Formats: sequence, structure tokens, C-alpha cells
Amino acid sequence: MKRLLGRIGFGLSVLVLISPAIMVFLWMLSLSMKTELDNTAFPPVFIPNPVTWDNYAEVFARNDFLLYAWNSVVVSFSATGIALLLGVPAGYGIAKMRAIRLAGLILIARITPGLSYLIPLFLLFQWLGLTGTLWPIIITHLVITLPIVVWVMISFFEGLPAELEEAALVDGATIWQAFRHVAMPLARPGITVACILSFIFSWNNFIFAVVLAGRETRTLPVAVNNMLTFEQISWGPLSAAALLVTAPVLILTLLAQKQIVAGLTAGGVKGA
Amino acid sequence: MTPRRNYARRYVWFVVPAAFAVVATILFPWLFTIYVSAFDWRLGGTREWVGFANYTKLFSDERFGWAMLRTMVYTAMAVVFPLILGLAAALVFNQKFPLRGLARTVFILPMMATPVAVALVWTMMFHPQLGVLNWLLAQIGIPPSMWVYSPDTVIPTLVVVEVWHWTPLVMLLILGGLASLPGDPYEAAKIDGATPLQSFWHITLPLLAPYIVVALIIRTIDALKAFDTIYVITQGGPGSASETINIFLYLQAFAFYNVGYASAVVVVFFAIILALAALLMWTRQRVKQ
Repeated sequence: MKRLLGRIGFGLSVLVLISPAIMVFLWMLSLSMKTELDNTAFPPVFIPNPVTWDNYAEVFARNDFLLYAWNSVVVSFSATGIALLLGVPAGYGIAKMRAIRLAGLILIARITPGLSYLIPLFLLFQWLGLTGTLWPIIITHLVITLPIVVWVMISFFEGLPAELEEAALVDGATIWQAFRHVAMPLARPGITVACILSFIFSWNNFIFAVVLAGRETRTLPVAVNNMLTFEQISWGPLSAAALLVTAPVLILTLLAQKQIVAGLTAGGVKGA
Repeated sequence: MTPRRNYARRYVWFVVPAAFAVVATILFPWLFTIYVSAFDWRLGGTREWVGFANYTKLFSDERFGWAMLRTMVYTAMAVVFPLILGLAAALVFNQKFPLRGLARTVFILPMMATPVAVALVWTMMFHPQLGVLNWLLAQIGIPPSMWVYSPDTVIPTLVVVEVWHWTPLVMLLILGGLASLPGDPYEAAKIDGATPLQSFWHITLPLLAPYIVVALIIRTIDALKAFDTIYVITQGGPGSASETINIFLYLQAFAFYNVGYASAVVVVFFAIILALAALLMWTRQRVKQ
């Protein structure tokens, strides 16, 4: 009997822990599927009845939502791709050289507030005449993605046994070949982790694009924030847009939770 | 020593491209910020060398002082609550139970969600008349709150969002620590007749201390950096009741185009963050011993 009570109590505590997360996301879903009348009803209507998809249709119909979605895709993929290209070899080099001070520099990048990069980079991009393109946003996103990739890769390469590469070197391979054909295939799980995390934190980033983006180069978070400023009470479309922005990330988290947990506990990384 | 060094040096070229990117996007901004902070620099306007004038202005600027104070209050709350809740959650998720993987994934969803999207939903929930939170309060007999619409409640309300958002990260960091705890001390304590509470207090907490300090460091820095949710939900309002350093900084630079002055704020703010990080790192070394 006592054990049963203990179990029920434990189950309840799990429920209490996860309910804030569930409730916020479900409320978001509920708001996005109700008519404006139901959304502003008091007491609140919880279960959408009738279910309406008009809010989603409205999001796609206005606001160049697809253009902004495309911008977000381009920015996140480019920033992640470039970060992998530069960061995977760097992580390998730092792990091989045991360059702890270099790794420390990466950590300082992690603790710098995003805003502090913005003033100088904003001036630089103006001077270079890059404003109005996606390049400033992609380049500033490297501030987030590159440290994540390097940090995750250092811990993965450090965990690999050195014997295989050494055998390759003895057989006459160059260090580049040993990296490319021995170490990198072994570190593929690490690359996956780095890729997922850097994509998510780039996709979620708001602060860089809100300053650097023009009308045509907004990313989704900026576009959605603009919707809030211009239509305070239109909750249905607003929730639909918010859900569309965050859905890819939530789905990715559900699919790759093991990799994400591994990566986050490796270095406690997070975007700027 | 020499052969080992030469062996290591061959790997320098792996790091050079990334180092170049780091210099361009991270090191250059720091140096240039210090340079700009010595000017009365208007975005798209005049620029005039003023030396340390921006810094002296800073220390007599009341608005900056208030922003600083608010940031400290916000940070203190946004560190303490996630640490306590995250520790509790980690202890729960360290037990084995059915559907644990799914429950843990749901629990970490908030920290992966797009901050702007989340902030929008919270904004709607905080609405004093139509928001769902005041309705929920009414159901348990608590009078409605003005949430982010009153200067008195805006900071604690924003902390609620921050706690919701970032407790999962603390949980993950401490859960990693729990997984690495040795089993022997617990066996010994059980034989000696210790209660679960005693073994938590005398074994688990001391062994977890290094992990808790890491979580403390990360949480402190992230709370100081908080911008997205505050900007989306209140933009520093009502009035300037939620204007933290980051919001102050943003307004100075990109609303008032005062980039020289804003750069001085960046330099001071970053110095504070570095000092705090160093202090916490030092604490971590002490705890480890």
C-alpha cells in the first residue's frame, strides 16, 4: 500500500514537472485553431470547436511568410554548413594539440552577449555595402554556430582512440588523410550532434536579424515579432505563425532528443 | 618535449580557417567596440573623439544605474529558481519509470523552442482581461494580476518566462552529474541506517556540487544575456520598468543611434560578465578540491 502511494506521488511529480511545457504548447495549438471570437472569449475556450484552419491560411496569404521562411532556411543552413566546414577540422586540431587556451577563447565567445557584436558588425556591413543581403545575417550567425561546432567536436575527437589514426600515419598517410578517412568517419555521431544544435540555435536566433535585416531579408522570428507589433489582438494568426516558426525545431527535438541531450551536456552550449 | 611540440604543431593548419573566422566575427568586434566607445558616434551622423567622456557619462546616468539594478534583480531570480527546480527535476528524471525518455524530451522542449514564438504565447497568456492565466488564478481563488502590464509585477513575470524556458538546461547539466555518481557510498549509508534524506544531504549534494556550480555559471551568464523574451514581451516597458542592460543597450544603439555611448555600455557590461565568470570559475576550482 505504501509503495503504491509512493508510486502515485512520483507519477504526480512527473506530471507537475512536464505540465508547464505541455500546457504552453497546447495552448499555442489551441489558439491557432480557434476563431477570433473563441480566442477572446472569457472564460477561455480550451478545445477548438469548431476547428478552423483559417488562421494558417491567413498567415500564408499575407506578410510574405514564405519569403521569410526561405530566408530562415538559407541563413540557418548556410551558417551551419560554414560552421561545420571550419569547425570540424578546428575541433580536431585543438583536440590533437590539446590547445586548452584556444578552447577557452571559444568559451569566451559563448559568454559574450549577442548585442555586443552587433554595433561593430553593423558598422562594418554598412561600410562594406552588404546591407540588404542575407550575408550580414549569415556571417553574424557564425558567432553562434561556430563555437557550438568547435566545442562539441573537441569533446568528440578527444574521446576517440588515437591508435587507428596512428596506424594510418605509420602506413604513410598524411595527417589530412588520417583526419579525412579515419577520424572523421568515426566522429560522424559528433558531427550530427553539432549539426543539429547549431541549426536549432541559428534558426531560433532573433537578436542579429532584428537589427541587420531589411524588409526583404527578415528571418521568421523577426517577421513574427513584427506581426505582434502591428496587430495586438489578432491572436489566432499570431499563434499560427508562432507555431509554424517553432514547429521544425520542436519536431527535430522530438526526433533527435538523444543527440541533443548528448551535445548539450557535453559543453552546456547555447546560442549567443 | 621538442618532438611532441613538433608533432602537435603539424595540426595548426586545421585550426587556421576557423581562427580566421573567429578573429573576423568575434575578436574584431571586441576591439572595434573599444575604439568606438571613445567617440561621440552617431549612426549615420557625426563622430567626434571624446576619450573617456562616454564612461564618465555612464556613471552619472541614472537610467543606466536603474537598468543595472534591474538586471541584477532579474538575474538573481532567474538563477535561483531554475537551479532549485532543475535540481528537483534532475532527481526525478534520474529514477527509472515508464515513458521516462518521452517525459524527459517533453520537459526539455521549452529550451529548444524559438524564444520569439514562446514569448508571443506568453504575451497572450498575460493579458489582464482575456488572458488564460488570470482565469486560472481565479479558479483557485487568487485575485487577478496585471502581469507584464504593471511596473510592480513586470520583472517577476518576465522571470517566470525565463524559468520556464531555461530550467531544462539546468536539469540536463545536473542529470549528467547524477549519472556519474558512484553507487558505493549509498550502499554503505544504507547499511549504516541512513534515511534517503540524509544520504541526499550528506552524499548526493556534496558529490553534485561541481555540476551545480557549472549550472550556476551557465545560468548566470545566460540570465545576464537575456534579451529576446524581454524585448518581444515588453520592449522594456511599461515605461522603463523592465529596461535591463541589454534593452538599454539596444535602445541606445539602434533606437537613439548613439553607438559611441552604447559601445561604452558594452565594454562595462562585458567587463562585469567576465569578472563574474572568472569568480565563478574560481569557485568551481575550490569546490572540486
